[in-house]
Amino acid sequence: MALALQTFPTVKDANAALKAAGTRYLGGGTLVVRAANEGDVSVSGLIRSTDPALSAIAVAGGKARIGASVTMAAIAGHPDLGALAKAARAVGGPAIRNMATIGGNLFAPAPYGDFAVALLALDATVDTEDGELPIEAFLAKRDDSRAIVSSVRFTLPKADGFHFLKVSRVKPKGVSVLSIAAVLEQAADGTVSSARIALGCMADRPMRAKAAEKELEGKKLDQNGIAAALAAATEGTAPITDPIASAWYRAEVLPVHLGRLLLA
Amino acid sequence: MAKVPVQFTLNGSEKAEFVESGSTLLNALRDKIGDTSPKGGCHQGTCGACSVIIDGELRLSCLTLAETCNGAAITTTSGLAEGGVLHPLQRAFLDTFATQCGFCTPGMIMAAKVLLDHTPNPSRDEVVEALSGNICRCTGYEPIIQAVLTAARANSQNAA
Repeated sequence: MALALQTFPTVKDANAALKAAGTRYLGGGTLVVRAANEGDVSVSGLIRSTDPALSAIAVAGGKARIGASVTMAAIAGHPDLGALAKAARAVGGPAIRNMATIGGNLFAPAPYGDFAVALLALDATVDTEDGELPIEAFLAKRDDSRAIVSSVRFTLPKADGFHFLKVSRVKPKGVSVLSIAAVLEQAADGTVSSARIALGCMADRPMRAKAAEKELEGKKLDQNGIAAALAAATEGTAPITDPIASAWYRAEVLPVHLGRLLLA
Repeated sequence: MAKVPVQFTLNGSEKAEFVESGSTLLNALRDKIGDTSPKGGCHQGTCGACSVIIDGELRLSCLTLAETCNGAAITTTSGLAEGGVLHPLQRAFLDTFATQCGFCTPGMIMAAKVLLDHTPNPSRDEVVEALSGNICRCTGYEPIIQAVLTAARANSQNAA
C-alpha cells in the first residue's frame, strides 16, 4: 500500500497540506481506508488533523455545533443531542459508530450517509476555511470540495418535531434501502405549517423531497392529508441501484415508508 | 516507502515496531507482531472479524491506520486467557457451540467483551445490538447470543 499519512496539530496546516495532488483527508477511516483497501490508487497521501476543536460538541441556546471529528457514538450518547440519537445509531454497527465521523458522513456516497440525511432535514450549515455553507449547497459541490470540514451547525429540533426512519433488510442493522428524515412544524389546529423532508438512497447523495414538502403544507397529518405528499414523494428522485435494492424498488416503497413516518 | 515507528500496549505488553506509513493496524498486528487473532475478512468495515478494543472502544483494525494508535492500549482476543484459563466469554463460546469455522469468533468476542465491560447483565436485545456489526456465516447467531448471555450470567454469579 503506497500511502503516507501526515498529521497536523491545526486544521489550517492540514488544509495547506491538502492542496498537494493525490491527497485526501482522513477522518475515522471508514471511507478513506476502505477505499485504499479496495485498491483505490488515486490517493497517495492521507492528511489528518488532531485539532481539539474538531472533536468538540457545543450545545447552547437551542443550537448545536458539532466538530467534524465527532463520532456517531459520541452523538448517540450525548445528553443534549437525544433527538438525533436514533439517526446516529442508524449508522453501522458499534465499531463503525466509534470511528465514523459527522464530517465523513457528509461525503458518504449512497447507500451510506444516513446521518447526512438527518442533517439535511435539519437545515444544517457546514463550516470550512472557505466559510459557512448551507448543507444543500455543500452536498451539491462535495465532489470538488478540497477544504476540510471543521464543524456542522444546526438548530436543535423540538422534541416531537424531528422524525427519522432507516429502512434496511437485515435486522437490527443493515445497509439502507432508503432513509428519511423530516422536520415538521404544526400550527395550533394540527395542520403542517412547515416541512423539510430529506431522503437517502433516492439519489447519489441526500436530497430534499421538495414536492412532498409543498404538498404537506396546510394539511393535517392523517391519511387524507398526506395523500398528495405521498403521490409527489418520488418527484425529482433518481434512486441508486445496488445489491440491496433496485432503483425501481426504492421508488416503489418510498411513499409507503414516508407515509409510515408521517403517521407515526 | 518510509517506515514510521509505532508504539502501543498490546494486551498489557509494550510493543514497538516500524511499519509502512499508511498500513493498517490489522497488518501490523498480524504480520509484524504476530498476533493473528484479529482476522482480515472484508477489509471494508462490514464483517467485524478484525474487531479489536482500542482504549476501551471497539474498533475495526482493518480501517484503523497503525500509526494513529501511538500510545494506545489495544486488546485482542489472544490476550484474554490468563494463565492458561480461558476468559468466561471464550469458555461460554465453547460450551454453547458458538464457534463453527471460528473465523468470526475473535471479533464476536471483542464486541461481546466491550458490551459486558459496560453492561454486565445485558438483555438479549442489547446483545443482538452489540453484535450487529459482526457477521457469522455458520451458526445463525443464536448460539453466539446464548454464549454472551451465558458469560454474563457467569460473571454476575462470580460477582455475587
